[in-house]
Amino acid sequence: MARITMREAISQALWEEMERDEKVFIMGEEVGVWGGTYAVTKGFYDHFGARRVKDTPISESAIIGAAIGAALTGLRPVAELMTINFAFAAMDHIVNEAAKLRYMFGGQFTIPLVIRTPGGGGRQLGATHSQTPDAIFAHFPGLKVVAPGTPEDAKGMLKSAIRSDDPIMFIEHATLYQVRGEVPEEEYTLPLDKARIHRPGSDVTLVTYSKMLELSVKAADQLAKEGIEAEIVDLRCFAPTGYGACPGIIQENQPGGGGRRGLALLWCWIGGRLPNLRGCI
Amino acid sequence: MEKEEYLDLYHQMVLIRRVEERAAELYQQGKIGGFLHLYIGQEAVSTGLISARKSQDRIITAYRDHGVAINAGISAKSVMAELLGKATGISKGKGGSMHMADVEKNYWGGHAVVGAHLPIAAGLALGDQYQSTDGVTICMFGDGATNIGFFHEALNLSKVWQLPVLWVTENNKYGMGTTVERASAVSEIRQKAEGYGIPNARVDGMDLVAVRAAADEHLEYIRSGNGPFFLEAVTYRFRGHSMGDPERYREKDEIEKWKEEDPIGIFRTYLVGEKIAVVAELDAIEQQVEEETQEAVEYAESSPEPGAEQLFEHIYAD
Repeated sequence: MARITMREAISQALWEEMERDEKVFIMGEEVGVWGGTYAVTKGFYDHFGARRVKDTPISESAIIGAAIGAALTGLRPVAELMTINFAFAAMDHIVNEAAKLRYMFGGQFTIPLVIRTPGGGGRQLGATHSQTPDAIFAHFPGLKVVAPGTPEDAKGMLKSAIRSDDPIMFIEHATLYQVRGEVPEEEYTLPLDKARIHRPGSDVTLVTYSKMLELSVKAADQLAKEGIEAEIVDLRCFAPTGYGACPGIIQENQPGGGGRRGLALLWCWIGGRLPNLRGCI
Repeated sequence: MEKEEYLDLYHQMVLIRRVEERAAELYQQGKIGGFLHLYIGQEAVSTGLISARKSQDRIITAYRDHGVAINAGISAKSVMAELLGKATGISKGKGGSMHMADVEKNYWGGHAVVGAHLPIAAGLALGDQYQSTDGVTICMFGDGATNIGFFHEALNLSKVWQLPVLWVTENNKYGMGTTVERASAVSEIRQKAEGYGIPNARVDGMDLVAVRAAADEHLEYIRSGNGPFFLEAVTYRFRGHSMGDPERYREKDEIEKWKEEDPIGIFRTYLVGEKIAVVAELDAIEQQVEEETQEAVEYAESSPEPGAEQLFEHIYAD
C-alpha cells in the first residue's frame, strides 16, 4: 500500500485510464495548460496533448452538452466542472439530457460520461461557493452519484466510473484533496453501488459520506473515550445505491445492527438528504 | 441528381405532409397525447438538407421532428407508432412526438428543450473530429432557439475548436407566437453567426432545390476541414406552433400568402417544368403515399402499448 493524497489518487486514476483507453479524454475549464484549478491534472497536457486534455471556454452548458454528444459517439469524456456550484449553469444538460436521453429514446443512446466536480463548503467563499447540493442529483433517475471519502475509494471508484456506460456525477470535497490514505499499489477498481462499513461499533450507527466521514471518525473516537462504540457506514455513492448496497449492510448479522442502521438510513431519507435510499429501507 | 432521386425527394415531402395531416386528425380524436408540432410548410428544409448528407453525417434537430425522422429514413409506421405511444414506435413509445431518433440511421433526435441540443451537436461533431472521421453533424433548430444561451455557447465552442458542424436555423418567423422582430435583436438570424466568426448564408427554405444546392456546398466546405458553417433557411409553418394554438398572433391573409409558396407545389412545378417528371408520375406517388400513410395508421393503432416493465427499462446501461 502507498500512502498518497486524495488529489494524487484521483490524478492516478485519470492518468491510468487515459493510458489504458484512447477513448478517454478530459475537458473543462483550466484542465490543460493551467494543470487543473486544484492541480489534479497537472502534467496531463504535456503528456497527453491538447487533443485529449481540452481546455474549454467558461461555458458550462457547452462543456456538459458537448461531453454528452462526444459520449454518444462512443468516446468516454471526463468533463470537469470547476466547482459543483457551476453545475447549476449546466443543470439542463445534466438532468434533462445526460440522465434522460437513454430512457427517452428507448435505450438507443449510451452516455459513458463522468462529470468530476469539487464540492462542499467551509472555505470562506460565501454562500454561492459553499454548498453541498449532492442530494439534488440523486433525485434524477439515470444519473449515478459518487462521493468518496478516502483516497482508496476515490481512485478505485473513479476508475470504475470512467469504465461505466452511465452518466456519473463524481463529487470530490474540495477540502479532502490534501487528505492522505493507504491506496493499493496494484491495479484495482471498486463497485459504484456498495456502501461499506468504515468502522464497526455496537452502540450507535453514524451514516455518512465524503468530508463528513473524516469528522465522523473524530466523533467516533470521542465517543469511544466515553465508552460508546460507534459504527460508521460510508455510503460512498447514493444513487442508485438503494438497489443493492444497503440491504447487505442492514442484514448483516450483528445484534441490533440491522434495525439500527435501517433507522439511521430512514432518518437520512426523511431528511431529504439521500432520497434514493428508499429502495433499501 | 438522377430522376429517381428527384422522385424520391418528392415522395418524402408528400409523405411528411400526409403523415402529419393524419396525425393531426388522430390528435383531435384523442389518440395522440402530449404536444404535436407539425412541420407542414417547412418540408423542403429538412428534405433538402438531409438528401445532401453522406451516411457518416449525423443529424440532430429540435422538437418539430417528424419530417426530419422521415427524411432520415425512419418508416412512416415507426413514426406513427411513436406518435401514438406504442411499443413499436421508433423510441419504443417512450419518447413521443418530440423525441424520435434512430441511431442506426445516424439520427440523434428529436430534442424538446429549446436550444439544448446545440451543445450536444457540438459534442457529436467533437466525436468525429477526435476520431478523425470525415463526418459532419447537421444541427437544425428554430429561430427561437437563437435567443437562448445554449445557442451562443455552442456556436462559440464550435468555432474555437473548429468543429465539423453545419448549424441550420429554420427561420419560420415565429418562436411560438412571438415574431422574430419582437424576440431577436437581429431579424436576419445569420448575422448572429458573424459575432462568432462563422461563415454563413441565407437560403429560400421553401425551395428544395435551393436548399439542396446550399447543403451540398456547405457540407463540402465543412468536410474539407474548414470548421463550422451557419445556414439560415427562411421558411414558414402553415399550421400553429402546436395543436391547439389559437393563432392570435398572425392574420389568415399572411398564412394564405405563404401557402402560395408551398414547398411541395414549388417542387412539383419544378419537376414538371424541367421535364424531370410528368404529372401522372407525381400523382402516382401521391396515391402511393396515401396507401403508405393508411398502412402506418393501421399499424400504429393495432400495435401494443409498452408494457408496465418499460417504466424501469433503459434507465441505466450498467
